[in-house]
Amino acid sequence: MAVAEARNTYRSGADENGHFGLFGGRYVAETLMPLILEVDKAYAAAKDDPAFIRELTNLNLHYAGRPSALYYAERLTAHLGGAKVYFKREELNHTGSHKITNCLGQILIARRMGKTRIIAETGAGQHGVATATVCARFGLKCVIYMGAKDIERQKPNVFRMRLLGAEVRPVEKGSASLKDAMNEALRDWVSNVHDTYYLIGTAAGPHPYPTMVRDFQSVIGTETREQLMAAEGRLPDSLVAAVGGGSNAIGLFHPFLDDASVQIFGVEAAGKGIATGEHAASITGGSPGVLHGNRTYLLQDDGGQIKEAHSISAGLDYPGIGPEHAWLHFQGRVKYVLATDQEALEAFQLCSKLEGILPALESAHALVHVMRFAPTQAPDHLLVMNLSGRGDKDVFTVADALGEKL
Amino acid sequence: MSLNLVEGVAAKKMPAPISRIAERFALLKKYKRAGLVTFISANDPNPDVFAEILEGLPSAGADIIEIGIPFTDPAADGPSIQASSQRALKHKTDVKAVLKAVEKFREDEIETPVVLMGYYNPIYRYGPQEFAEHAAKAGVDGVIVVDLPPEEAEELDVHLRAHNLHLIFLTAPTSSDARLPAIVGRASGFVYYVSIAGITGTATADEHAVAKAVARLRKHTRLPIAVGFGIKTPEQAKAIAAHCDAAVVGSAIVDVIAKGVKADGTPEAGLSNKVLEFVKTLATGIRNAWP
Repeated sequence: MAVAEARNTYRSGADENGHFGLFGGRYVAETLMPLILEVDKAYAAAKDDPAFIRELTNLNLHYAGRPSALYYAERLTAHLGGAKVYFKREELNHTGSHKITNCLGQILIARRMGKTRIIAETGAGQHGVATATVCARFGLKCVIYMGAKDIERQKPNVFRMRLLGAEVRPVEKGSASLKDAMNEALRDWVSNVHDTYYLIGTAAGPHPYPTMVRDFQSVIGTETREQLMAAEGRLPDSLVAAVGGGSNAIGLFHPFLDDASVQIFGVEAAGKGIATGEHAASITGGSPGVLHGNRTYLLQDDGGQIKEAHSISAGLDYPGIGPEHAWLHFQGRVKYVLATDQEALEAFQLCSKLEGILPALESAHALVHVMRFAPTQAPDHLLVMNLSGRGDKDVFTVADALGEKL
Repeated sequence: MSLNLVEGVAAKKMPAPISRIAERFALLKKYKRAGLVTFISANDPNPDVFAEILEGLPSAGADIIEIGIPFTDPAADGPSIQASSQRALKHKTDVKAVLKAVEKFREDEIETPVVLMGYYNPIYRYGPQEFAEHAAKAGVDGVIVVDLPPEEAEELDVHLRAHNLHLIFLTAPTSSDARLPAIVGRASGFVYYVSIAGITGTATADEHAVAKAVARLRKHTRLPIAVGFGIKTPEQAKAIAAHCDAAVVGSAIVDVIAKGVKADGTPEAGLSNKVLEFVKTLATGIRNAWP
C-alpha cells in the first residue's frame, strides 16, 4: 500500500510524468510527444530486463573500463591541511570522461527501439566524442550539433568526432553554443522521427531523459560507496561535483541522497562573477522557467527570454540545469556553490602540479570548492570529489587564458 | 475590393460575441468556404509596420489572425520564423508589448479572432493567471502554446477557461489514435493539425496525406480543423483548404517581411502593402477551395 511505503526519501523521483516537485516534466511539441513516450516505454522495459543489464554491465567493464578508480589525493590533502580528499577518477574512462557511461546505456535503448540514426548536442565536445564513439562501436549513423563558438574553442574534439565517423554540424544561430545546439538537435529530431534517436548528454530535457541519464550515471555513486567502504570502512562525509546540466553530479550524489550524514555540494560556474551577469550559475543567478522540455532554473530576463551563459568551461556553458538539481536545491538537500573562471584556472594548475592529473575545466570548478572547504574540516573528514573528465581537451583554452601561445 | 467577411457591418463598439472563433467558423460554414489563418510575429519587422499589417489583415482576407509571441529559443520553428522572432526581439517584444498591440487592434476591429502563438516560458514568466486575465482584457480569443502538451497544460488552461479563452492544441502525423482523444478532449476553439512531422516552413504537406489525416481527426472531434506547417503558395493553400476548415500560412508571409527588410534592419517603404497583397492572393486561393 502506498501509505505503508511512504517514507522520507530524496530518491523516489521523478513521478510517472517526470516531475520532481515543481520541476521536470515534458514540455515538447506534440510531434515529439509520442516519440518521447516511446523512449519512456523502451527505457522502462529495459531497465529491469536482465539481458539489458548484463549487456550494459559488460560494456561498462570491458569497453569503458569501469569501475573507475577511487584515488586518495595524498599531496593535495597535505597541501590543503584538512579533510582527506579522494578523487573519483571518471577521467580514466574510455573517451576521458563520465559521458561514455550514459552513451552506452542510451545506445542500447536506441537499438532496442530499432533506430538507425543517432543525433546529439555537445558543448565541450566530450559528449559528442562519447556519442560518436558508441555509434562507431555499434555501426550507427551519427550527427552531432555543436555551437560554432564551441567548435572554435574545442577543435581537437571536433577532429576526434570526425575520425570516429560522425558528421559535426556547426550551429551559428542564437549564441552559437550549447543551448543553440540543443535547439537544432530538437529540430532535427522532429523532422526525422521515424529513424532517429536523440541521445541527450546530460540529466536534463523532457522526461524520461533526466531520470534515465541519472540512472545510468548513478554507477559513479554506487562504485564510490563500495570503494570507500573498502578503503575506509565508512561513508564519505562530503561529496563535491561540478554542475552544468548536472549528469556527473547527480550520478555521484544520487546513491547518497538519503544518507543524512553526507554533506553534498554542487559547484556552478560563476564565470566572470555573478555580479557581472557573465556566468552560467542557473540556480544562484537564475529563476524557474521552461526550456528544452523541462521546467528548471534558467538564466532569463524578466520577459522570459533566455540569456546567454558564460563560462571558461564549454561543458558548463549552459543557461539551465537538470530538473532534479533544481528540486534538490529547492528541498535544501544539496548546497549549490560557486567557482569563477579565474578560480577554476588556478585549481586546474594546482591539481596538475600536485597530483600529476590534468583535470577538465569542468572538474576544476569542483576542485575550487574542495580547496575552499577541505581546510575547514578535521583530518578524519572524508571528502569525495568527482574528477569527471580529463583536461587534455582544455590545454588550448588554459594556455590562452594564461597568455601563452601554443 | 475588400475581402472582409462582414462587409458593410459597422464593426465599431459592438458587444463582443461570446466566442469570436466559434462565430467565425459558423460564418465560414454559412458562406460555404474554408478560412485563412495568417501568422506573423508581433512587432516584426518593427512595431509601426506590424501595426499596419495587423490592421490590414481582415480586409486582405485573413479570417483568423495568429500573432507570434517571440522567443529566443523557438525549437519547433524553421529558419523563417526563427529570423522573424529575432527581428521582433530587437524591439523588446515581451508579452506585455504583444497584448498592447492586440488592445490597439481591437479599438477598431472586434470581429476577427486573434490567437496568440508561442512557447511557454514567456507566458509562465508573465504568470499564467495574469496572462489569462490581461489577454482576455486585450481582446485575445485563443492561445497556442507549442511546447505545452495536454499533459502539462492544466496550470495555464485553468486560468484561460476562467476568462473564456480557448487553448488550441496541436495534433501531428505522429499523434496516435490512442492519444488523439486525450488531446481533442481538452481542445477548444479549433484543432490545429501540423501537416508534416517537422519544423515550420520547411517541407511541404502532401494533399492526400492531409485529407486522410483530417478524416482520422474528424472521428475524434466535432471542432473545426485548421491545417498548417508547410503551406507556402495560394495553390497549396487552396489544395489543403479543400480538405479542412481552415489553412494556416506563417513562414511564407514572414518571408515577404524578411525580403523587405534592409541590411540595417529597417523596412523598405510600402512593406505592409506588399505583405497584405500576398495575403490577398492566399485568401483568393482559399475562397475557391471548396466546390
